[in-house]
Amino acid sequence: MATAALKRTSFSKLFDEIGTVDQVGIEERVAKFTTRSIKKSSKVWGLKTAVSMVDLTTLEGKDTPGKVASLCQKARRPSADPDVPPVAAVCIYPFLVKYAARWLADTPIKVASVATSFPSGQSPLPLRLEEVRTAVADGADEIDMVINRGLFLAGEFTAVQDEISAVVEACGDATLKVILEVSELDTYDNVRAASFLAMQAIRAGDFIKTSTGKASGSATLANTQVMIEAIRDFYLATGVAIGMKPAGGIRNAKQALHYLVAVKETLGDAWLNSTRYRFGASSLLNDLLRQIEKEKTGAYQAPYNFTEAAESY
Amino acid sequence: MARIPVTKTPKVYVGGQFIRSESGRVFPVRAAGSGKREAGLLGNIPQCTRKDLRNSVEAAAKAGPDWAQRTPYNRGQILYRLGEMLESRSEEMADALVVSGASTKAAASKEVAASVDRLIYYAGWSDKYEQVLGNTNPVAGPFFNFTVAEPMGIIGIIADDKFPLLGLLSQIAPVIIAGNTCVCLASQSFPYPAIVLGELLAVSDLPGGVVNILTGFRKELVPTFATHTHIRGLNAVVNQEEKKQLQLGAAESIKRVRARKRDDGIDWAGEKSQSVYEIRDFIEFKTTWHPIGA
Repeated sequence: MATAALKRTSFSKLFDEIGTVDQVGIEERVAKFTTRSIKKSSKVWGLKTAVSMVDLTTLEGKDTPGKVASLCQKARRPSADPDVPPVAAVCIYPFLVKYAARWLADTPIKVASVATSFPSGQSPLPLRLEEVRTAVADGADEIDMVINRGLFLAGEFTAVQDEISAVVEACGDATLKVILEVSELDTYDNVRAASFLAMQAIRAGDFIKTSTGKASGSATLANTQVMIEAIRDFYLATGVAIGMKPAGGIRNAKQALHYLVAVKETLGDAWLNSTRYRFGASSLLNDLLRQIEKEKTGAYQAPYNFTEAAESY
Repeated sequence: MARIPVTKTPKVYVGGQFIRSESGRVFPVRAAGSGKREAGLLGNIPQCTRKDLRNSVEAAAKAGPDWAQRTPYNRGQILYRLGEMLESRSEEMADALVVSGASTKAAASKEVAASVDRLIYYAGWSDKYEQVLGNTNPVAGPFFNFTVAEPMGIIGIIADDKFPLLGLLSQIAPVIIAGNTCVCLASQSFPYPAIVLGELLAVSDLPGGVVNILTGFRKELVPTFATHTHIRGLNAVVNQEEKKQLQLGAAESIKRVRARKRDDGIDWAGEKSQSVYEIRDFIEFKTTWHPIGA
């Protein structure tokens, strides 16, 4: 009874402060983003910009140093075309950070590591903090943490923020990305609430991120829109600019362009670069390269002409 | 009270679904002998674009691995069943040919019957062509050396205006029986029979995406058939100029072109239009070595 009451009061207090989300409005708004006609040179610009924002990710139990090596190689030079920029970061498990750090040492590409017992976040706080510190010591430039959804849903916001603050401290100079795991938060209101809780605890230049890619749902235009509107409102209220990283489920270039349209029309040009916007994706890069090649040659391309494409038929 | 007749919206069959062109464009097809009269309008046929072609290639690619991994026997069963279904719907098919002006009533019945026979013919080849086309090769060493037939992948098919059903099926059947999937451009002048064929394919056992049929203008689509690198081969009925276009594009994307001359008056009904060599046109041969006794 007491916990239910705590949950009710803490949520209603927070919503009084930050406001709630108009679900119908958000969904109609994002439906419009998919209708923009982006062709020729603006399309090429969008595709290349998207490449520069990719956090090239591999988060599988079977990842090896060798696989990370080839991923890093691809991150440095995604295409034979010198006009295609390198990606923003390589995102891997903490154990592999030391390898990636070595292979990316002479490049501007960041080494990002998931930490805090990704993807559940359900291990004791000291262990999670130790994981963060180890990853940073091994050479991680960026840490992707998961919030404790259990605490959040129980309404224990202070505890959630304390945990995030502790991770911020453990990060030191490393950039932090806070994964809300939106599919486990159920409502847009909760996504907005969690965004604000995270933004209040992190520093300017840190990110909030939609998903781990390991849960059933992942980034959609709608939940990303809720988060970038939260970023906008937070920026207007405090002047602190927070970055955004949708992750999971963004597999093709067309989707990526839709996300860029959403950023452009909600946050403006200041967010259209890799310091404030990222895509967490593994197969997206291949499709971006494929579409860039299509724009260059005029011929539709087969997916197997691009590395590590799963489809080989 | 007089009943208002319900007319059919012709749609193309892509990826196991009936779709309109992504562009929303259509072109009118009139019934035979109706001239420009409104009453003679047979339907507004989708005028597919290169984007539709791209999407159907994606659909064909998705269907490919499963189709290629089925046993040849199973592919044969499915093609045979398609023949059975065409037989039982032969009247509807013949009507489609007659009403669109592609042929006379008598000729249409013959064309449908020949189409059924053609499907049965290639269904029979399904688990036999590999024995005929493949080989065990003599080598000077303790090895078995096999040449085995494998499907190429996605094949583009550009249909003839004559025999818009029999011609199209004669191009499709040898291609898919070997485990390829295909993207077809139906006859530009008589697209309606291909629309009805799509409706038949949809209720057959053929998995969605194995055969995709587009309608539209050759001028708009032939260049994309030529250059799309994911299309591995072309089985096309084309004129001289289109042939050149296909060959230039195919050279760039390294694909195989089997071009028949459009004005030749191809004898689709004849025995010569069916052979195991039609299957051979769209398979790759893989040679493998295997140590004896290992």
